Amino acid sequence: MAITNIKNLKEFSTANERFEGAHLLCPGCAHSMIVRELMNATDDNLVIASNTGCLEVSTAVYPYTSWDTSWIHIGFENAATAATGAEAMYKARKRKGTLPDPDAPVKFVAFGGDGSTYDIGFQWLSGAIERGHDFTYICLDNENYANTGGQRSSATPIGAHTSTAQAGSVSYGKKQKKKDIVAIMAAHGAPYVAQLAPNKWKIMAKGFQKALETEGPCFINTVSACTTEWKFDPKDTIHVTDLATDSLMFPIYEIINGRELNILYRPKNVIPVEEYLAAQGRYKHLFKPENRHVIERIQKDVDEFWEYLQRREEARV
Amino acid sequence: MAKKFELNEVEVWDGNYAASQALRQAQVDVVAAYPITPSTPIVENYGAYEANGYVDGEFVMVESEHAAMSGCIGAAAAGGRVATATSSQGFALMVETLYQASGMRLPIVLTVVNRALASPLNVRGDHSDMYLGRDAGWIHLDAYNSQEAYDLTLCAFKIGENLDVRLPVMVHQDGFTTSHKAQNVRPLQDEDAYKFVGDYKPVDDMLDFTRPVTHGAQTEEDWHFEHKAKQHKALMDSRAVIDEVFKEFKDLTGREYKRVESYMMDDAEVAMVLLGSSVETAVLAAKELREKEGIKVGIISPRVFRPFPFDLVRDELDRENLKAVVCMDKSAPGGAMGALFNEVAGALTSTKVRPMVTNYIYGLGGRDFSIEEAQRIMREQKAHADAGYITTPIQQFSGVRGPKLGFFETRRGK
Repeated sequence: MAITNIKNLKEFSTANERFEGAHLLCPGCAHSMIVRELMNATDDNLVIASNTGCLEVSTAVYPYTSWDTSWIHIGFENAATAATGAEAMYKARKRKGTLPDPDAPVKFVAFGGDGSTYDIGFQWLSGAIERGHDFTYICLDNENYANTGGQRSSATPIGAHTSTAQAGSVSYGKKQKKKDIVAIMAAHGAPYVAQLAPNKWKIMAKGFQKALETEGPCFINTVSACTTEWKFDPKDTIHVTDLATDSLMFPIYEIINGRELNILYRPKNVIPVEEYLAAQGRYKHLFKPENRHVIERIQKDVDEFWEYLQRREEARV
Repeated sequence: MAKKFELNEVEVWDGNYAASQALRQAQVDVVAAYPITPSTPIVENYGAYEANGYVDGEFVMVESEHAAMSGCIGAAAAGGRVATATSSQGFALMVETLYQASGMRLPIVLTVVNRALASPLNVRGDHSDMYLGRDAGWIHLDAYNSQEAYDLTLCAFKIGENLDVRLPVMVHQDGFTTSHKAQNVRPLQDEDAYKFVGDYKPVDDMLDFTRPVTHGAQTEEDWHFEHKAKQHKALMDSRAVIDEVFKEFKDLTGREYKRVESYMMDDAEVAMVLLGSSVETAVLAAKELREKEGIKVGIISPRVFRPFPFDLVRDELDRENLKAVVCMDKSAPGGAMGALFNEVAGALTSTKVRPMVTNYIYGLGGRDFSIEEAQRIMREQKAHADAGYITTPIQQFSGVRGPKLGFFETRRGK
C-alpha cells in the first residue's frame, strides 16, 4: 500500500504486507523502519537486492524469509550489480516478450550498509550508477560494521569509538573524517541523490518515491541509528535520530542531476553537536578534558558543512 | 528480433570467435562482462553483434570480472539465459561469485580462455585458472580446438539449463593456442543451433511476481551441509544429462564427445593423461611413436573435468596390458602433486590392475609443449614399464630451464 493511502504514522509503520516483522534485527534497529517505509512508498512490484550485512543476515535465514517480494543476496559488495543485472534481464525479456506479466510495473532497489556502500562495495556501486540502470540504491548508514560487531568504516565519524578504531589512554577513537558519499554519488551525475532520515518520515517517503519514479540510477543515504554499536537505549532510536538531524550532524537534503541542491529539513532550533554526542556511548570518551578539542572540531566541521549546503542551495549550481 | 547471421558450411574461426558465435546463436538474454587477455575478443565480438543487430539481449559492460559474474547472477535469478567470458586474473577476481552462482543453482555459461596466474604476470596459456575453479561447484567442459569451443559452448547451455541439473557450466579453451588460432569450423545455422539449445525455462523467476522468491539465503550449521550435499549430488547426477546432450549433439552434427576421451587405449602399454590443446599434440606424438618405435602409447583426457569422471577414468586404466601412466599438469602445483595426477591416482585405487603413475608439470605460462617432448616423456614411461618400477622421480618438470627438478622416489626402485 503506497504512502499516499496511509493516513497516520502508526498505520504506515505497521503495514507489513511485503516486509514481515518476524526478523532478527536488534530491537530498536532503524533498518527495518527504513526498509518498510521504502516498501510502503510504492504499489509497484519490487525486485530487491541486499548486500551482506545486518539487514541481510536478519531477514533471510533459511528456511524463513521476511521478504514477500523478489529478493536476492549474493555477497558483501555486489547488491548494486545484482539489482542492475536483474534490471538488464527485465529489459531483455520485455523486448523479447518472455516476461510472465509484461505490464506489471516493477522497481529495482538495492540495499547496503555503510560497510558495503562506502567501503567494500564502493566500486560495484560506482559502476552501476555510471552504467545508468534504472534502479535505486539505499544505504542504511549506521556508521560502522555493525553486523560483525562494530568495526570502523569510512562512514564512521571522527572521534567515534569502534573495535578497530578504539578510544584508549592515547587515542580519542577514529582519527579520520567521514567520507562524503552523497557528494561522490552526485558527482556521478545520478539524476537523484539524497540524504534522508527515518525520524523525518514524510520527507523520507517523498524522497523514496522521487527516487523510484526517477528514471535512471538514484542513490539515497539514510541515517540508521544503531542501538547496539552507538550505545543507546533501544527505545531512543528516533530520539537519537532527532538529535542527529537537529544538530545537523545528518543534514537532510537532495541533489538533482548532480547540480541542484535542495535542503529538505531546516531545524527550528539547531542544537549543539555535543547534545547528540552525549546521547551515545560511542562518544563518551570525548567528554574527557583531553578530548574536548575533538568535540570542538566536530562542531566546526558541522557548521562549515551546513554553510556549504546553504550556499550550494542558493547558488543553484 | 535479432538478425540472422549468414554462415558458410565451413568457416575459419579462432577459438574466441567460435565461442562468441555460440553465445550469439544461443540468444543469450544478458551478457555482463569485463574484458581480459586472451578472452577479450569474445566480449568484443559480442559487442559487434550487438552494435549490428545480431543479438537482441542486453550487453552490460561492467567495471570488473567480479561485477561481471555478480551481474550474471542477478540476471540469471531474473529468469533468463546468461553468459560471460574471462581468463586468469579476471577468473581469480570472480572466484567468490563462482561459488555463489553454483550455490544458488543458476545455470550461467562461462567461457574460460585459460591463462596463467600471476605472479610473475603472464598472459599466455596454462591451466592455473581452470584448477582454481575446480571446486567451485561448476560443470567444467574442456575444448581442444575452435570447433570444440563452439560445440561445447552450445552443449553447455543445454546441460546447465536442464531442469534436472540447474548448474553453471564453464567451457575451457587454451589461451592463444586455441583462442587465437584460426581453424576450420563447421557451425550450425542459427535456427538449428537455437533449436538444439532450446528456449530458456525460468525457475524461481524474480520477475514472476505471483510467487516471490528469496535467493541467496543464509544457512548455518543447521542447513548449510544439506544444501552443499544436494549441490554435490546435482553435479554427480549431471553425468547422465551430459551423456544425453552429447548424444543429441552427435545425432545432429555427427561430432561425438565423451566425458572421457581416449585414443589408442585398447592395446596401450603406457598412457598419457592430459587436458586441453595438448591432447592433440599428444595424440600425434603417440601415433608417430607407435609407427616408428612400436611403443604402444594411449592417450586419455577427461573432457568433463567436473564432475570428474572417476568411474570412466578408472575403467580406461583398468587394463591388463597397461603398465605406466603419466599425468600431465599444466598448472604450478604449489607444493603438492599436480591436481590431475591426484585425480587419476585416486581413480587407480579402485582398479584391479595397478599401473605405475607419475606426474609431469609442463607448459606453464605458455611454454611450448612439442611433439618431441611428448615423445621423450612417453619413452620414459616405456622405460618404467620395461623395468617394472618407476625409474625417475615421481614428479618431474618438462621444458623448464635450470637444474633438473624431481620430487619423490619410488620405493620399488631403491
